Order: sequence, then structure tokens, then C-alpha cells
Amino acid sequence: MAKIHVTTTINGEPTEFLCDPAESMLDALRGPLALTGAKEGCGTGDCGACSITLDGRLVCSCLMLAAEAEGHEITTIEGMAEGDHLHPLQQKFLEMAALQCGICTPGVLVAAKSLLERNPDPSEIEVRYWLAGNLCRCTGYDKIVRAVMETAADMREAAR
Amino acid sequence: MNDQSNKWIGKRTIRPDGVDKVTGRAAYAADNSMPGMIWAKVLRSPHPHAVIRGIDTSKAEALPGVKAVATAKDFVDFPLDKPVPIGIQDMRWMSRNMLAREKALFHGHPIAAVAATSQDIAAEACKLIEVDYEVLPWAVEIDDALKPDAAKLFDFTEFDGKPSNIAGKLEHKKGDIDAGFAEADVIIERSFTTRPVHQGYIEPHACTVSVGADGSTTIWSSSQGQFMVRAMTSFLTGIPQSSIRAIPAEIGGGFGGKTICYLEPVAAVLSRKSGRPVKMVMSREEVMRATGPTSGSKMTVKIGAKKDGTLVAGQGVFYLQAGAFPGSPIRGAAGCSFTPYTIPNVLSTGYDVVSNRSKVAAYRAPGAPIGAYGVECVLDEVAQAIGMDPLELRLKNIARDGTKAVHGPVFQSIGFAQTIEAAIKSEHYKSKLTGKFQGRGVANGWWFNAGGESSAQVNITEDGNVVVTTGHPDIGGSRASIANITAELLGVDYNRVSVLIGDTATIGYSNLTGGSRVLFASAMVVTESAEKVIEQLKQRAAKLWGIDASAVVWENGEARPSGQHTGNFPTLTLAEIAAKATETGGPIGAGSQQNTTGAEGGFATHICDVEVDVELGTVTVLRYTCIEDVGKAIHPSYVEGQMQGGIAQGIGWALNEEYVFDKQGRVDNPSFLDYRMPVCSDLPMLETIMVEVPNPKHPQGVRGVGEAPLVPGPAAVCNAVSNALGIRFHDLPLSPMRVLAAIDANMKQAAE
Amino acid sequence: MTDIRYLAPQTLDEAVGAFAAATGAARILAGGTDLLVQMRSGMVRPGLIVDIKKIPEMMAIEETADGGFKVGAAVSGAVLAEHPKFGKAWPGVLEAINLIGSTQVQGRASAGGNLCNGSPAGDSVPAMVAAGAVVTVQGPGGRRDIKVEDFPAGPGKTNLKPGEILVSFTLPPRPKGSSDAYLRMIPRTEMDIAVVGVGVNLTLESGVCTAARVGLGAVAPTVLLVADAAKALVGSKLDDDAIAAAAAACSAACKPIDDKRGTIAYRTKVAGVLLKRTAAIAAERAARNA
Repeated sequence: MAKIHVTTTINGEPTEFLCDPAESMLDALRGPLALTGAKEGCGTGDCGACSITLDGRLVCSCLMLAAEAEGHEITTIEGMAEGDHLHPLQQKFLEMAALQCGICTPGVLVAAKSLLERNPDPSEIEVRYWLAGNLCRCTGYDKIVRAVMETAADMREAAR
Repeated sequence: MNDQSNKWIGKRTIRPDGVDKVTGRAAYAADNSMPGMIWAKVLRSPHPHAVIRGIDTSKAEALPGVKAVATAKDFVDFPLDKPVPIGIQDMRWMSRNMLAREKALFHGHPIAAVAATSQDIAAEACKLIEVDYEVLPWAVEIDDALKPDAAKLFDFTEFDGKPSNIAGKLEHKKGDIDAGFAEADVIIERSFTTRPVHQGYIEPHACTVSVGADGSTTIWSSSQGQFMVRAMTSFLTGIPQSSIRAIPAEIGGGFGGKTICYLEPVAAVLSRKSGRPVKMVMSREEVMRATGPTSGSKMTVKIGAKKDGTLVAGQGVFYLQAGAFPGSPIRGAAGCSFTPYTIPNVLSTGYDVVSNRSKVAAYRAPGAPIGAYGVECVLDEVAQAIGMDPLELRLKNIARDGTKAVHGPVFQSIGFAQTIEAAIKSEHYKSKLTGKFQGRGVANGWWFNAGGESSAQVNITEDGNVVVTTGHPDIGGSRASIANITAELLGVDYNRVSVLIGDTATIGYSNLTGGSRVLFASAMVVTESAEKVIEQLKQRAAKLWGIDASAVVWENGEARPSGQHTGNFPTLTLAEIAAKATETGGPIGAGSQQNTTGAEGGFATHICDVEVDVELGTVTVLRYTCIEDVGKAIHPSYVEGQMQGGIAQGIGWALNEEYVFDKQGRVDNPSFLDYRMPVCSDLPMLETIMVEVPNPKHPQGVRGVGEAPLVPGPAAVCNAVSNALGIRFHDLPLSPMRVLAAIDANMKQAAE
Repeated sequence: MTDIRYLAPQTLDEAVGAFAAATGAARILAGGTDLLVQMRSGMVRPGLIVDIKKIPEMMAIEETADGGFKVGAAVSGAVLAEHPKFGKAWPGVLEAINLIGSTQVQGRASAGGNLCNGSPAGDSVPAMVAAGAVVTVQGPGGRRDIKVEDFPAGPGKTNLKPGEILVSFTLPPRPKGSSDAYLRMIPRTEMDIAVVGVGVNLTLESGVCTAARVGLGAVAPTVLLVADAAKALVGSKLDDDAIAAAAAACSAACKPIDDKRGTIAYRTKVAGVLLKRTAAIAAERAARNA
């Protein structure tokens, strides 16, 4: 079975890779592309640990074929910090202890960043529903929701 | 323990492993790969109960790309009649749980495993394995397993002299319950059931194992104990422990479910046979079908009280599902449930029931939430019957220093009363409910907490920084607390302390991350190590100054002479001493290995407000507070995190989580879609009140905090729903269907 | 091990040609949120995957000449939500589509996929049925239109003919005094499959309901158009009696099964409860659209 050659952009870098026709984007990221920040918690789109963005839109990489990346732009958790400069969400998650085991954290951060790009001033309810597809078993979500809302407030303040 | 003088203990520092975890760099078990690595998959039983008459692997072995096939024959045989206990597990069961030997005991039970050059080939090869099964009758639920004509899982388990699926019994007794109930003005007796629930860690089990031609074995896996992984792999494969290096990957949640092995010994056998490193990763479906959820249960609880609220007698009978092999957490159910109270007459009995579902694994205070569910719901009815506030009733009867617990020990310094008092005084408890179908529930919970073996090494680097190595996988931020303590003791800046989790070759034996023991025990060995290091630092300073070491004190990260009479020397910092280590005696560092004791139990009180949609049966949690005696909060954020995580798991257990089995004995909801753990929009903010009653047996006053906050949850939620509707509920979960059916039945009854 | 081909044609004709030529071994890939799960579980093993997202018509949202909307079958819920006008005209249809899965799933899942999956519990379907939406399909025999309620043939089955591909949904114009709503019952607040789903689309003139359609999901082998419920509403002022009659009609229309997600008794009762609530929201919206 012939592999498919895919030309795409990942975290701003032009990237080429080969994939099986039925291979998921998650498997391609974690395998040949060696970007293991996206995690597989379920493989069925129910946990959000594999969250990435596709042309700026939040998706589960386990529910996308790698071949579909052709010509599109993908960002992953590995593209969130700029060099050694953490994104404000990453910094806030550390300061507010919004992670425990950390396995859901990459997906939560990618999803939260996508929210704040669309809605810089989300209500608690909006944060909770936006993140409903990101399962966390450790935190009870409290510190995650607070960290997202505080980051949003900081970013609004900084943008003034 | 003067808080004012603490510089780092009690501070909300940034965890040492934090940056890796927010940037996607932290390496979890499935993130590992090796040159030449191949993949293994598991063939699982399609029957809940069957004799394995034969396994023919020849076709699978012939498939191109297949490098090795393993069955139970490749494991060391542990005969069923000779117990081989390792920690809380028995190798007879662990061996057969990892690869079935005589019988398949549950649907999804591993039968064989194949390693091949790709995952697809391994999966294809599994289908080519021919298993000759003799299908047997089966029973999943407790009632079915206890029927006289039920199929017996084992020949050797007997109860009352007859073959039985009851594999064990545990009894705690105090006083005379008949006399106790005779004194009672009010007696409430109720029966309850709870469903099996899964730990629900987001990271499926995974490992990579490499066995060299010389037998040297390296394991990368996520577990709650690299030493447990080493021991089980050694026992099952026959490879000596000294030849096995078990490296703990970052772990994506465990909650008790990763205190046992499923994959590593299998991968080791396959690696040994194939000569290649072997990687195994479970799918979510495999996790749900074949890894341990906790027990489902049925129980009867009877409590007697005087009109003034004095509890005089308590009786509990708890049947817990063990799954396919003996070993349900009856100790937690029967042992923890009455423990928070001073009741003169108690009889608490637990029965361990085997049945054809996956073997249970520990789940956060194993068994305790089950027992507490029965006892705390009955206490609520007792309070109602005598017209007393439910927290005041509990406070009146609470165990205090000097109380002898029903399971034996005498409490010495506990904060139960302070915790309930804080709950009564809380803004939450004083607040009023405002809606029609709103209700409030409270409950208490207690957990033993564990001490046990731990090791630590504290080394000073040449540039004057500190590296701490301990032996417990960090699941919830324990590195941060260890760094706080180390920085405090040595008097150095927190950011100069690194904390590493050693592998089995680089740190001494350390027992599991479990039992709420990690910070309790590791703080003790880290403290002893740090004290030894301080002695060394003082000696080195003394040598540099040419005075006696007893004349040197260590303060604020510096050595200074103890007084003017010892000489007038400028202070020496840790960095200055480290820089001169070579000339003063060599490397500076010290280790400690202890079998720690003195882990006082953990206690929590929950307050839960709910609102019920009486047309749909849905329950919304409006407000929730956990109040816990945390001993001393070394890192308050991660203590709060444990409390909040416990609350969420309790809410899930109470409302929507359950294993559903189909008519063929298969798990019918093996996905996160249909196994309904709370999602972000299901929960409110989760309030916490930390009550700090330091543990006098611990250098920093630490008590375990991880497990107690789950224990009261199911009861608190159930009491709240019962209070909202005026209908008592006895069976979990309180799913919309169950709640609506009860409302309708109640209305029908009222109309009649 | 598996011999799968992936194709992402630029035109509908090309897609239909390849799809039809594969004679049943092919699967259409829109958002993939059902297909990839089914492939992973081994439930389907397509020989050919036809990705239709490079076909402009599949991805377009257009206002029709008469003031209605035409929505491409592969338009994701997230894209539809960002359309400036669609959600104002069809808030019930939009909220139904936006209930399919998480935010992540919304980034991919489409109403077309939801309908073609054939699940009686698909959230968008009852709302589309209530809306009176018509789908356009294209196959080797050309194009044809099908009412949404006539599209499903049973759990996992549709009335598509061999080689046919769903192209678009057409929604009628939205008159004054008219609106719609969708509610579903799930045990959690998100991330579940509907236990019952109800879509109501109605028109009010001077407080009197002059037209109504009710779609009911997850209570029968296919999503139902409940004519008796609509009949109970039309001509009334949506008073308690009329609503109760419509609710009773919904419960009566249920032919559910007992499964892990809901019992017969529960589904039957909740169908009526949701009708009441959904009709109230639709009526409130319709009044605001005067």
C-alpha cells in the first residue's frame, strides 16, 4: 500500500511527511513527526487530550486523517511558547497549579488558547462549555477554569 | 512549625516539572520509542468464563512480521494453592490476570500477546491465534455470584464449608451490638448498592521493555511504583531484580489503578523471545474492559442512637466485588466506615466476592467511599429521625484524641472535631438554599493513610545547588512539596533545588505512590537526608575555619560560628562550601532509607448543594465544599487540588459513573462517551477549607491528603438529592432515569 | 495490512464517479468524527475514502433567492455558527448542530455527516426535520431532492441509492413571527448522545400558532416527524392544553428501545417534557421575530 506524501505547515514550519491513507493526524504527529505533546486518551474524540488547531480551528487530531493536513496549517502544544517565552496561559497554569498529572494539560492549553483568540472576555460558563471536550480527572476543573479566566483578564489588561 | 518563620513550606511555588508539562515535553509512557522497537497487542477472551483447553499460536507465528507470541506458559507458574504475596497483591492472581492460564475469567481477559513489526500486523496476528474454549456459565453481579447454583470461579474458595464465590471475610468488632441496639431510642437500618466505577485516568497503560541478550532488562512505563513494576516483572519472568531497571515515565493519572501491572511482564517476555524492544499501549476500550475499576457493592447498615443524638450501636455488612480474582477492598469498606465516630458497640463485616468481571484495582481510598456511603446516609436519617442538625449529630459523636477505632488503633492527634466545626462555621453551611427542588447534604469520610518504605538522596552540586532524588512517581505535584521542604531545611532558594524521581537502579527501594503516603514518607527521608547534609556542611565549614564542628550552626543557608567565643569568621554560604568540597573531604550528599510509621489517618467533611429537575431527573451540583484536616499544607495549591479532584470523582460516582454489562457479560460502555465522568460544564467551582492540625509524628506535620476527600462524596451528594426531594435514595448512581423513576413512584404512592 | 485509498477530489462529478466506482467499499469523509471512530473500532473498513471538503459546493453557505439557506453537507458546526445570518433565521437548527460533540468536534462535524450516519439520536436531524429542510443528493443517476424526514431508513441506514452523495441542505425562508428551537436530554451537560431530542419550528400570528413542525429523535429507529404534535399546536395560542396535547402526541409517537443510554419509560416521558420546553423557547423566539 502506497504511503501518501503530505506537504503542510506545522507550528509555522513547512513540513513534509509520509503517512498511511488511514493514519490519524495524531498518529502522524506522535510517530514520524515526533511531536508527542498531543496525547491519546481515547482515540475517539471524547477526551480532547489530542487537541490541535487546523487552520486556526480547534480539532481533535485523533479524528482527522493525516492526509487531510495537505496544504493546511497545524499548530500543536509544541508551538505554543515562543522560544523560552511561555504563553500567558502556560505561565498562569504553572502559577495557579492548574495541572496535576499533566496528561490533559497540552490539550486543555491548546483549547483554552483557541477560546481566548475568539473570546477575550469569556464568562465562567463559556469557559466551562468550551472546555467540556477536555476531560481532566485530577483537578475537578476548578483551577483550570480560574487560570483561563485570570489569563484572559491579564491579556485584556496588557492589550489596553 | 511556626508559619511566620517558614520561607518555603506553605508557599505556592511553581512545580519543578511544570514547564515540561505545559509545553508538551514531559515524557509519558506512550511517548517513548527505541531504535528497533516492535509493537505488541493482546488477544482477549470473548467469553466471560471459559476453560482454556488449548491455544494454537502457529498461524500467528507464521505471519510475516510477527517476532514473538506469548501465552501464560511463558510466565513462571504460581500454583493456585500456594500464596505468593507481594505488597497488597498475590502473584498467583497477578500472573493469571496478565495472561490467563487455566481459565478465562472475564470478557476481555488477556489470553495471548503478539509482538510484530507494526501494530496492524500484531493485531492481525492476534486474530490468527486459535483458542479452544469450553464455555462455562458465568456471573458478573454480586447477587448472581452468590446464588447457590452460581458457577464457581475457583475450586479452592469455600465459605461455611461449601464451595463459594466468597473468597474472604473480614470482621471488626467492638463492644456488644445487641446490648447497644437495646439501649437505642432510634434504630435505622437500610440496604444500599453501588456500581463499579473506574479510576478514569486519562493516560492508558503503556510501556516499552527492552531485554538484552544478557538478560539485562530496561522498562519504561507509567505506574504508581517502579519498584512494584520491577518486582512483578521479576516474579513473573524469572529475571532477577538486579537485572531489571524500571524507569518511571511521567504518569498521566493513576488514582490507585496503576498500583498493579498489566503489560510490563508481558512485554518483557516478548522482548526476551524476539530480541527486540517491545512497546505496548492499551486502547481506551482495553482500559475500560480489562483494567481494574473498583468494586460494585451491596451492603446493609444499621445504626442506633439515643434521643439526644448519642450513637450507641452500629452494624454494617458489606459485600464487595473483587472481580476475577480475590482481593476486593473490604478493609476500606468495613474498616473506615464507622471509624470517624465514637460508637461503643460496632460490628462491621466485609465479604470478598469473586465474579466474572475484570479484577478490581485500588481506587482512591479503596473501599472507603463504599462503606461511608452506607453509614453516612443512615446517619442522615438518624439525624432526621431525632430532629438534629446532621453535622451537629456527627460532631456530638466524633472520634477525638484517645478514641479507640473499631479496627484497633487509638487516635492520638486528630482534627476530626476541628474539621466538622469548620464546616458548621463555614459560609456555605450558614447560607440558605433558595430554590424549590434544592437540597443540601453532608457527609464525613476517613482513610487510613499509609507510611512504609521510602528512600531519598540529597546531593549538593559543585556549584552549590541541590539535587533531591526520591523513589515515588509524582502524580499530583509532589515534587513541588519536596522542593519546598528541602529549600526550607537547607535555607536555600527554592529555585536552586531540583527534584528527580529515581529509577530502580538509581534510588533505594520505595513503596508505591498510593495510600496518600508520598509526601508523608518522602518528607521523612528527605528531612533525614537534609539533616545529614547540614551536618556535613557544618563539618566542612569547621574544617575551613579550623574549629570544632560542634561550634558551627547552619542558619538561612549559611554556616556561621555558634558564638563569638568560637572565633570571628565570615559566614560561609552553601555555594562557598560546595566550591571547596574537594579540599574539605569530597562530595557533599546524603541519603536516607526508612520504613516510615506514624501516618495518621485523613479526615474530610463535605457539604453539597444540589438542584433537581423533577421533570427530567437531572441533578445539578450548585455548590460544594470540602473541609479536610490536612495536617500541614506544604504546598497549599496541590492540597486544594487533591480536595477538588476528590470532590469531582465523588460527584461522578454519585451521579453518572457506572459499569454497564450486556447480556453476554461484556462491558457495554467501554468509552469516555458512555462511561460518564464529569466534564468541565458539569461542575461548579469547588470550595476548599484546609484545617491544619499537624501530625505530631511527622517532622513537618504532614498527613496524607489525597484519598480522604473522595470518601464522603457519594454520600454527601446522595444526602443532598434525598433532601431536595424528600425521597431517600439507596442505589447509586443517581442517574436521571433512577431519579425520575423514584419521583414518579413517589407521586404515584402519594396519589394512592 | 489494509489496502485503503484516500482521495480528495476538487469536483462533485469526480467524487461521485470515484464513489460509485468503488461500489460500496467507499466511505465519504466530511468531518470524520463518526468515520474515524468507526474505522478505529473495526466497524467499517473502507477500500476508498473520499474526502469531500475540497469541493466548493460541499463547503458553501448560501442565501437562496427566496430568502432561505443552502448549507453544504460538509460545512462544520463551527463555521455555520460564525455565519452572520444563519443563526438568526434558524436558531434551533444551529443550536442542534452545535450540540454535536465538543468544541473540537464542532470544528469538524457537519450536519451532512450527522444525517448520513443514520443514527436516530443525531442532534441536528430532529431540528432539520422540524425546519422542513430538504436535502439535495447527487449520484450516477443525477441529482434529486429528499425531505430530511425521508432520508433515514433505520439505525445506521439511509435511503441514499448506491453511489449517491449528500450535497446540501436547503432550508425554507423564515417568515415573520416564526422561529425554531431544539432541546435534548443527556445525563451530563455536554459530550453525550441524546437520550431524547426534540426540534420545534412554529409560526405565530397574533399569538395564534398558524404553522408548526415537530421533529423527535432517539425514540424510534429513525428520527420522527410528529404530525399529531404539530396538529395539537396549530390553531392554538399555545395554551397549557394545546402544549399538553402536543406533549402527549410526542410520547405516543415514541417507539424506543431499552439500552444503556435510556429506558423505554424514561424516553417516552421525557419526549413530552422536552416538547413543552422546546415549544416554549420556539414561541418566545417567534414572538421576538414579529
